[in-house]
Amino acid sequence: MTGSDRRTILKALVATLAGLSVGGLDASAASASAASASAASAASESWTTQTLGAFADTLIPGERRSPGDMVIAGAVTGPGAVQAGVVTLLHSPELPVAPLLPAIAALLDARAVAYAALRLIWLSPSRPPFVGLSFADRTALVGGLFDPDDLDRPIWQVMSLLVGLAFDTAGQQDTVEALAQGHPGLTWLRFPEPDADGLWRFPDFSYGRPLAALHPNTTASGSPA
Amino acid sequence: MTAQTTDVLVIGSGFGGAIPAYYLAAAGARVTVLERGPRAAAADFAHSMRLGTYNKIVDVVQGDGVSVVAGNCVGGGSVVYFAASLRAPSFVFERHGGLGRRLWPAALTRAALDPWYDRVEEALPVTRTDWSDVSYAGGVLAAACRRAGHTCNPVPVAVDTGTCTNCNWMLSGCRFDAKRSLLLNYLPAAEAHGAEIRPLHEVQTVTPSPLPGSRYAVGYTVLDPDDYSCTAQAGVIHAKVVVLAAGAVGTPVILQRSALLLGGVPAAVGRYFSGNGDRVSVADVVEDKARSLLGLSHPDGSAYEGLPVGRPITAASYDHLDPAAPEYSRFTLQQIYFPPLTNLLPQAAGSPAWFGVEKRNMRARWRSWLTLLAMTEDDNEGTFGTVPLTGGFTRLAPGLGLGTMTYRPTSRTRGAWGRADTALREILEKDGLSRVRPWSENVADTVTAHPLGSARIGDDPATSALTDSHELRGHSGLFVTDGAAVPTSLTVNPSLTIAALAERAVATIATRAADAGVVLRRDIPLPGR
Ligand SMILES: Cc1cc2nc3c(=O)[nH]c(=O)nc-3n(C[C@H](O)[C@H](O)[C@H](O)COP(=O)(O)OP(=O)(O)OC[C@H]3O[C@@H](n4cnc5c(N)ncnc54)[C@H](O)[C@@H]3O)c2cc1C
Repeated sequence: MTGSDRRTILKALVATLAGLSVGGLDASAASASAASASAASAASESWTTQTLGAFADTLIPGERRSPGDMVIAGAVTGPGAVQAGVVTLLHSPELPVAPLLPAIAALLDARAVAYAALRLIWLSPSRPPFVGLSFADRTALVGGLFDPDDLDRPIWQVMSLLVGLAFDTAGQQDTVEALAQGHPGLTWLRFPEPDADGLWRFPDFSYGRPLAALHPNTTASGSPA
Repeated sequence: MTAQTTDVLVIGSGFGGAIPAYYLAAAGARVTVLERGPRAAAADFAHSMRLGTYNKIVDVVQGDGVSVVAGNCVGGGSVVYFAASLRAPSFVFERHGGLGRRLWPAALTRAALDPWYDRVEEALPVTRTDWSDVSYAGGVLAAACRRAGHTCNPVPVAVDTGTCTNCNWMLSGCRFDAKRSLLLNYLPAAEAHGAEIRPLHEVQTVTPSPLPGSRYAVGYTVLDPDDYSCTAQAGVIHAKVVVLAAGAVGTPVILQRSALLLGGVPAAVGRYFSGNGDRVSVADVVEDKARSLLGLSHPDGSAYEGLPVGRPITAASYDHLDPAAPEYSRFTLQQIYFPPLTNLLPQAAGSPAWFGVEKRNMRARWRSWLTLLAMTEDDNEGTFGTVPLTGGFTRLAPGLGLGTMTYRPTSRTRGAWGRADTALREILEKDGLSRVRPWSENVADTVTAHPLGSARIGDDPATSALTDSHELRGHSGLFVTDGAAVPTSLTVNPSLTIAALAERAVATIATRAADAGVVLRRDIPLPGR
């Protein structure tokens, strides 16, 4: 994919986002325009899901779901963003990104092809290019997406935020429910449990004793003078 | 159809909007408040991080080089904020910044603002806290400060500490009505005097009014409660006086969009934007060291592991606020908690810094993180670019927008951040107590919850959009009273200063309303008195 192709995708993405945000486009039109602009109309749902899953696994790695799992690179044992439900979150009805996912995945795959070509890495045509990269290569590629002068950086910034929301907050679910079901991310953080009514209270919250001298110039209300 | 009219139209219902709305309504003016966000109250504030809850009332607006977090609801930032209520130190009012001369209006000093601070502290009210109010996290900061030869103070808060359950869900709005947000004081008091608050009304433009007796016409759109990017209807309200208080990210954009119709706005509109010098770091605390070096433990036997426990802000060190020290070297170090939606941002050991295997390992120690905020002296280097189609930014999703601000920290700002980082390390890395990990700029650039200065007060028309009475230069009866008016970063959390300035601005707003024929009572008491 050439530089100008990439710029076309970006433009379509930005236009689609802007259109959606002012209600100017309906979702299917947005999806169609983004997909055709990206020349990714042939990319099936599962290629998109695989590519985005692999992106999420690069940010917050987890263990393979099965021995043949290619999406998850298997860099660690225990849960990562995929186990934490990132795919469900990306399709959340609260977010208007779902129609854009094929184009975003195509953009990442285009980067993977360019990355592989420069380094003479052979990519199997049977899976998405990004999924074909090793964990080390995925890590190097993703790091580069955040270079301050990278054109697509805002897209990856938003996407990483969403990956974090899936793992660190179980954003696709009510928190009480997520904890009750043992959400892998919240469990990993050891997020505290609520009271029986589903609300948090911490009667024990303080060491309860003076731990430092106060600043000599403190006003009556406790502010700096 | 008859035109909609009001005496005083207030845009935005945060600190800058709620305070004039109350005083003008109590004085007898017809007051209308247009607020972009929805209206919610205690029962609506869920303890949940599910998308569709908190992101309905708080926005992250991503600009170029800076991301801003801000309230989007009736009550504005006060509903989602952490209620740390501090007066700005005296030296702040004497700052020169990059310009080399005093930036605040001559009429304003800390002493001149103190009576207005007094009023706000009484109205909210603000509680002076003690060590028994300081969370485990605040306690670790305090004990580390002492060990490093520093002082540390419990932070005053606009919270009823008797009702507070220390749940740590303040960003979602206070479920227990312990936080003294504007929903509990100025706003209901304004409504009791007849002010009308219209939620989900997003102002687009302010233009001269063709209607006799009105000065300005304010154009708005009504937002769909389920999808803020959809518009149901539009309208115009004519007013004698307009108070712009859409926050430091909202206000300059409305003025820029209106510039041509208003016959021009001051050049300083949309310039000199500051993130209050905010700089966030995570200290990855070694539990054993918290016990052995600081002598800390809690009833369950652990030494710290207290990140999610308590109120988000409980302790701060004022030791680096020396009035005699040079500019860009002074800052407050404060303990703070952010919900795990910011977990992506801290850097881990090794490479890559903010994602990958090491970062995931660091997350496993999440309960032992201590999050810290340095508020430094920045350079007001932000600017606002091309005006978006509608609103203050292009909304991508509920809670997420693309803003038009650009922020390129100058070497002075970076120097100030560096000095705060160094001080933090000296305190928190001493003898291996923790490793300090600043937030990476890769994902969200500089992040601030304290936007300021995009239409600031001052004496010099070239560098300030407003007179010292908060009136837009060249536009009688058009005021800006929100964080946009604050001329410099404050080295402390800004809400109390924004509120005190709004209190002070009320007198001139009332004078302009009276000039336009509105009959007003004088000597209005504090809300609820
Ligand atoms: C998570 C968080 C924690 C914080 N903690 C603290 C703290 O502990 N202490 C402290 O001092 N400060 C804190 N702050 C900052 C504080 O909340 C802000 O400084 C303060 O609220 C700013 O007041 P304001 O009046 O300038 O604007 P806001 O309070 O932001 O109010 C502006 C209002 O205008 C509305 N608006 C915007 N555009 C439009 C439009 N076009 N039409 C109509 N309405 C519009 C917005 O929805 C909003 O309600 C925190 C902020 C956040 C986000």
